[in-house]
Amino acid sequence: MSQKQYWSDLQDLKNIATKTEVADNEFKEELPFDLSDSVFGATTPRRDFLKFLGFSTLAATLVSSCEMPVRKVIPYAIKPEDITPGIPNYYASTFVDGGDYCSIVIKTREGRPIKIEGNEMSAITKGGTSARVQASVLGLYDKARLRHPMADGKEVTFDAIDRVIKEGIAGKPGYLVTGSIMSPSSKEVINQFLAKYTNVKHVVYDAISYSGMLQANEASYGKRVLPGYHFEKAQTIFSLGADFLGTWLSPIEYSKGYSVGRKISAKNPTLSKHYQVEAIHTITGAAADERATCRPSEMGAVAVALYNAIANGTEPALKSAALNKLVKSAAADLKKGNGMVVSGSNDVNVQIVINAINDKIGANGVTVNWVTTSNYKQGIDKDMADMVAAMEAGTVGAVMLHGVNPAYDYLDGKKFAAALAKVPVTVSFAERLDETAQKCKYIIPDHNFLESWGDAEPRANYYSLMQPGISPLFKTRAFQDSLMVWMDANQTYADYWKLYWVTRIGSQANFDKALQDGVIEPAGEMANGTLAFVGNVGAAVSAIQAMKPASGVEVVVYQKVGIGYGGAWSNNPWLLEMPDPITRAVWDNYLCVSPKRAKELDAELNGFNEVETKKKVAKVTGANGYTVNLPIIVVPGMHNDVVAIATGFGRDAKVGRAAASDATKGGKNAYPFTAFNGNTVDFYSNVKVEKTTELYEVAILQTHSSYEGRPVIHEFTLAKFKEDPKELQKERGAEMSHFEHEPWDKNAHHGGEALATPEMEDGYRKNGTLYPVQPFEGLKWGMSIDLNTCTGCGACVVGCMAENNISVVGKYHALRSHEMHWLRIDRYFSGMPDDPDTIQTVFQPMLCQHCDNAPCENVCPVSATNHSSEGLNQMAYNRCIGTKYCANNCPYKVRHFNWMDWNGADAFADNLFEDDRRDDINDDLTRMVLNPDVTVRSRGVMEKCSFCVQRLQDAKLTAKKAGRPLIDGEVRTACQQSCPSNSITFGNVNDKESEIYKLRREEQVERTFYVLEHIHTMPNINYLSKIRNTGAIVAGNEKLDGMFSEHI
Amino acid sequence: MFRKCFRSVLSFIVVMLLSNAAVMAAPDGKALFMSNCASCHNPIKESTGPALQNIDKTFPNKEWGYKWVRNSAALIAAGDKTAVDIYNKYNKTAMTAFPNLSNEEIDAILKYANEYKAPVTAAPTPGAAGGAAPAESNGWLYTVITLSLVLLVIILWRANQGLQRAANEKDNVPTEKEIPLYRSKLVIAVTAILIFIFSGYWLVNGAVNEGRQQNYQPLQPLYYSHKVHAGINQINCLYCHAGAEKSRQAMIPSSNVCMNCHKQINAYTGETDHPLKTAEGKVINGTEQIQLLYKYAGWDPVKKDYNRDAKGNILATPIQWVKIHNLPDHVYFNHAQHVKVGQVQCQQCHGNIEEMDEVYQFSPLSMGWCINCHRQTEVQFTNNNYYSIFTKYHEELKSGKRTKVTEADLGGLECQKCHY
Repeated sequence: MSQKQYWSDLQDLKNIATKTEVADNEFKEELPFDLSDSVFGATTPRRDFLKFLGFSTLAATLVSSCEMPVRKVIPYAIKPEDITPGIPNYYASTFVDGGDYCSIVIKTREGRPIKIEGNEMSAITKGGTSARVQASVLGLYDKARLRHPMADGKEVTFDAIDRVIKEGIAGKPGYLVTGSIMSPSSKEVINQFLAKYTNVKHVVYDAISYSGMLQANEASYGKRVLPGYHFEKAQTIFSLGADFLGTWLSPIEYSKGYSVGRKISAKNPTLSKHYQVEAIHTITGAAADERATCRPSEMGAVAVALYNAIANGTEPALKSAALNKLVKSAAADLKKGNGMVVSGSNDVNVQIVINAINDKIGANGVTVNWVTTSNYKQGIDKDMADMVAAMEAGTVGAVMLHGVNPAYDYLDGKKFAAALAKVPVTVSFAERLDETAQKCKYIIPDHNFLESWGDAEPRANYYSLMQPGISPLFKTRAFQDSLMVWMDANQTYADYWKLYWVTRIGSQANFDKALQDGVIEPAGEMANGTLAFVGNVGAAVSAIQAMKPASGVEVVVYQKVGIGYGGAWSNNPWLLEMPDPITRAVWDNYLCVSPKRAKELDAELNGFNEVETKKKVAKVTGANGYTVNLPIIVVPGMHNDVVAIATGFGRDAKVGRAAASDATKGGKNAYPFTAFNGNTVDFYSNVKVEKTTELYEVAILQTHSSYEGRPVIHEFTLAKFKEDPKELQKERGAEMSHFEHEPWDKNAHHGGEALATPEMEDGYRKNGTLYPVQPFEGLKWGMSIDLNTCTGCGACVVGCMAENNISVVGKYHALRSHEMHWLRIDRYFSGMPDDPDTIQTVFQPMLCQHCDNAPCENVCPVSATNHSSEGLNQMAYNRCIGTKYCANNCPYKVRHFNWMDWNGADAFADNLFEDDRRDDINDDLTRMVLNPDVTVRSRGVMEKCSFCVQRLQDAKLTAKKAGRPLIDGEVRTACQQSCPSNSITFGNVNDKESEIYKLRREEQVERTFYVLEHIHTMPNINYLSKIRNTGAIVAGNEKLDGMFSEHI
Repeated sequence: MFRKCFRSVLSFIVVMLLSNAAVMAAPDGKALFMSNCASCHNPIKESTGPALQNIDKTFPNKEWGYKWVRNSAALIAAGDKTAVDIYNKYNKTAMTAFPNLSNEEIDAILKYANEYKAPVTAAPTPGAAGGAAPAESNGWLYTVITLSLVLLVIILWRANQGLQRAANEKDNVPTEKEIPLYRSKLVIAVTAILIFIFSGYWLVNGAVNEGRQQNYQPLQPLYYSHKVHAGINQINCLYCHAGAEKSRQAMIPSSNVCMNCHKQINAYTGETDHPLKTAEGKVINGTEQIQLLYKYAGWDPVKKDYNRDAKGNILATPIQWVKIHNLPDHVYFNHAQHVKVGQVQCQQCHGNIEEMDEVYQFSPLSMGWCINCHRQTEVQFTNNNYYSIFTKYHEELKSGKRTKVTEADLGGLECQKCHY
């Protein structure tokens, strides 16, 4: 049976009373109606009703008798030649944020960027995006961005401060601190600057440091670089704490590669094998075939055990049996070739052992590329520590900071801030008044990347150009321009950059093409090669073994997929409202603990369950005395001795309204829990966790909808799938076969085994209902979602928000189940909560299924939702009167009601619903991001996924204008486009040549299923079953193993 | 209502006939000149290009002329001496190529230019839709007549009653006690019912029409006459509203598009043919309006050049037109879909725009009006290969089971065709 028991939260598993109550109750609060028998005795009697009726009639009359407003239509004074109002322009560009890279296409309408899409011409990111890339367009219109240069907190002109700064940086030793710089031309500018000011040193600082890896590679291969990783070529992947699908180095690139090995069909039943050892629960761990947990301080021991098992065949002797089993099995698989080992550890010795393993298994030159190396991270922790020491000593004359915020994200931000105060000239290029910029004397805000010219070299010899999608909105200046002004260069950076590239690639024509393509890449397959391993494994192993044994509770400082290291993302409402894939919580950070540890903290179930929004708060004290109080979120799959806190929260109020934090909101800073080990920064440390009596509300979206225990996912092991690929077809056939033919037909099934086939689906469609079947002439849209490649990264969720003007509701309303996401990614656990090594996690993107026999359509009293001839479940907002019957009747719970006017509430005075942190979304600047082709919904109407109907209509119109049929793949939904793992297929099912038709009817018949198919909703979205390359799918079934009784 | 429909249909037919007639006859030199040449050439004045009157006499030969018009750049590139000379003379501004013009059409244009005379006084031409005004006043007349007749009936009835009473008194026949009208139960009941029905009708109709602006004709910041441009001078609609075939917006042209022609045309010379007047009857000086345009466009008519700032940017300010055709925000309308794909004439929705000095909203722009058209309008089903996927309809058309495919057959009545 593929129907193992899944649970969306611990309450689901235990079916406790509060959960049932919430599931039964549609509304979180009491309804404001008095349902008592006596009409006159009621609190809202007939007279009040009449009063309200009279008032609303009068109000409606008054409003409607107002004169129509006179609207203006204002054409361009001089129309730019390349802009046609109503038609988007696309510009290839590059998303760069420190070491994060993505080749993108900016969609602009009437000259303003409104959407970011992946650039398919890039060999690195191949058209994929991430949640942060999708949300970056909102960052352009961030209200908290600085609007002019400042000196001592006052507005000044560039000219005025340029002179002062130029004098200030000459003479005494100075530092230019930047994040990792991938841009070759910027590096050139910096080199010229350093040549002019020989007293200035360049320090690269990464908040999330890869210093250990860089130094290990230098020790192992003589080059301080990061290799390229080819997940697409890997048959065995062993990840030691590296969240390569979510946050590690270049997740978009790795997701694209990883998904290649995770595509499976009955004809080609092969899968890569993915082992994951981690301390916390990441989305990479969720995707893994075999997963075990260990303490972060034990990562080295695991690496050594794996090395020994591969090199000498030594039996691993680690702390847990699950780890031993996993390491042993991984060693055997890795030896087969095409393996790859990656580690998220920032310890030099651990990384040297990892390098040794990759060398031993022959990964170098195959899956680990030492020729086309990566430039994502370049920071060395020691350099930064030395600089802070020099600053403290008072010998530094000037510090210039670009793209970094050490006062917030350095391991001791306070120390850094104090040291900075001793420096006479401090210059920040920050785009907002972040924690560091506040402490700087001069601020010269840099452009947003969507306003900038630039370039990047993410991998050796693979270049990517950056061009602006809009002129700078504010009085900002490119950081390179500032350096060039100070070194008296007589050209701007934009001119310099252009000349640089025209010279480099030969001609203006080449340059124009490169700018149009967005990338400059060598032809043919990516160059690959190896380096000779010269590292001293023995020394590294002994260093690891010499580490003091782990004890007590360890905290892991991790990055959320959405917010990441912090930076501008902390103030991005789209990302704050994107649920964390694992915890599904929004707007906060918290203390992730395992269920067992939570029990010890006396906070299990009723106290901190996901239904009850008020969570118990724990007090966490670090070794350095840093203390925070954070709510406890129970995360199955966490190591029992590990707690975790996400970075990017606990920001200063001036970072932005959404980021602002205090005791009552916005979480806490996790960076002070990192520790310097003398060489590199460890992103874990020992902490003391104590319970408190406080409570804190956290909004978790997972439990907001319930399937009432109906099965929605099908999962098999690879072995089982190979043995009987048709098992799912049999299961579905058992449900549908009765309806394949009419009951009186001689071929009618009456019980017995039958395989679900597309033909049976057709029969079921017709015979499963009394209503006539709607014919779909011409077009019929369909979507397929592959649960095997979906990593739950959330790029689609934010992509959908950007495309469809989806409202941000804020924490208060998220707590009340009022979130508006058209597309959510449900997360289901299975396994035994007390044993983190048994937890298996599945993601399921859930959106409107566009049912051909839709339950929502039948119940709408005004026919505001109905079916189109193309199979779309249409929602006419202006017709909706807000009865919410449809949402109640939707078995998939994908309809969302607008309880407030989320986007235009400030049109009337005092009309704005105030949530504080979300409210900057109601601003003229922020509203520039809205897609003009999609209605902005107002209060009182229902909404849901439209299959990006504006894109469908646009593609149809393009085809009609050209007088040709629609081409398959021409139209792509926003979620499909943003997906970095190609999990979504979309197209016209009536077109027999289309990918979706072939997939459903030919290639993936065995894996295709529809959610809640047996209730005859006939969805237009199908899913492909999850196949895990593992020995067994853990049951986690109470009846079978009785694991849970001790939990109560 | 019927009369209005009839009138609009009639005028539509007239327009269709006229446009068809133009296609069927020999090439119309004037129309061709207006749509292709007028933005750069004047028949008798030098402008961006030379004056066209008798220009054919300067051609080396007729063939050369055709070649020049179709692709002057090729001639210049080939090193033709005459061509290069002209090119140099006009500041190396290449003439737009017109590869689509046939020999006959080029001849027609030249013929028109040669025969062109500067406009002289002529009798004003009566407007085509001139019958509209009297029809409106008829209604008033009928009302007055009806009311006076009703009054007459009441007077006669009262007089009759009075006489009856007098006669009764005289004959000593007892007269029934008269109940005043306002106390008559029948009258009260009937009146109440009538008031209810009429006020209900009025209220519902009012609510339905809320926000609709048919016949809306606001005063614009600049008196721009579509009649002068699209009607008398026959400039193609798409010349200014270039977005109509490409985009959802038809586009109001920016003032530099106006300047393509108005660099040369600096005076309105048609006062006698077609004096400009606002709807209120105020006389408008066309030349003054052109001067106003220059102000917006940043054009210095004396220097014959744009006013520019230090960086060389033209100092133009956009004209803030009053928007006439307003659709609610939740309605998606796409011009290209209708003009390019549906081949709908502009006039079908915008009325006889070429007859309007000041534009007014011709259609109600109500949903019922849209839906009605979608129900009736046949799509370009067989001409556009996009529709090839609708195999069933093609078969039905072939077998004669179906005579036409309307927009409604293809889902044109569905909510999400316009609301998303």
